[in-house]
Amino acid sequence: MLKMGKFEYDAVRRHGEETYPHECCGVLLGHPDDQGRVASKTVRCGNTRSDSPHNRYHIAPQELVRVQRQAREEGLEIVGFYHSHPDHPARWSQTDFAEAHWIGCSYVITSVDRGEAKITNSFFLAGETEESKRFEDEKVVVTETAALNEAAG
Amino acid sequence: MIAGTTQIPMKIFIPTPLRQYAGKQDAVEVQASTIAGALSELVSSHPDLKRHLYTDDGKLRAFVNIYLNDEDVRYLSEKEQTPVKNGDQLTIIPSIAGGNCIL
Ligand SMILES: [Zn+2]
Repeated sequence: MLKMGKFEYDAVRRHGEETYPHECCGVLLGHPDDQGRVASKTVRCGNTRSDSPHNRYHIAPQELVRVQRQAREEGLEIVGFYHSHPDHPARWSQTDFAEAHWIGCSYVITSVDRGEAKITNSFFLAGETEESKRFEDEKVVVTETAALNEAAG
Repeated sequence: MIAGTTQIPMKIFIPTPLRQYAGKQDAVEVQASTIAGALSELVSSHPDLKRHLYTDDGKLRAFVNIYLNDEDVRYLSEKEQTPVKNGDQLTIIPSIAGGNCIL
């Protein structure tokens, strides 16, 4: 299960609307809990795939290095990533799967139809190694952000 | 003193998925003179990390990025043989990408 603050959930969906018809992408920061992961902060990233931004996304590793450093300073960790599917269902593609390497993290996908965010799904990257990884559907529970921070504190 | 022979204490930052193989730490302290030395020190102190970082023939997995401070090690002129100096930090960061790829 992925718990997201309402503010963070809305931010992820709004980001997809803003970059439409291109894919947006970003990082979810938070902490693990006994039921999965809690996302209490989002970080927007630039999509480096300017050659094909409507159906591909890629976050510069250097940007991730900075995000990971920032997370650590704030006592948070990277718990997942998000991106949008402009005019395409909120399901992972074979490319999404092949290029997913953060085992134990959540991959959130929002479908954006004609500029409007529709469905937001999350997929947990399960497994032990690159060879045994798999995506599992996971529930997204949206709660008030303040409640998340209290639970974390 | 010959560059690259002094053992420097340095930190290697570990991404979330690999922390369980690194004693649940988000950073591991090693002593090394080069990037390659730091990585081999890391893997010898935490052997479970090896199969997650390297392929069976010992190459760094293509999706694993190693950064020396803010530089991709692949683009350094001496790559993994680059000597490290005081205050350097290494970060392991798997790549993030995807797409619909419907043509
Ligand atoms: Zn996708």
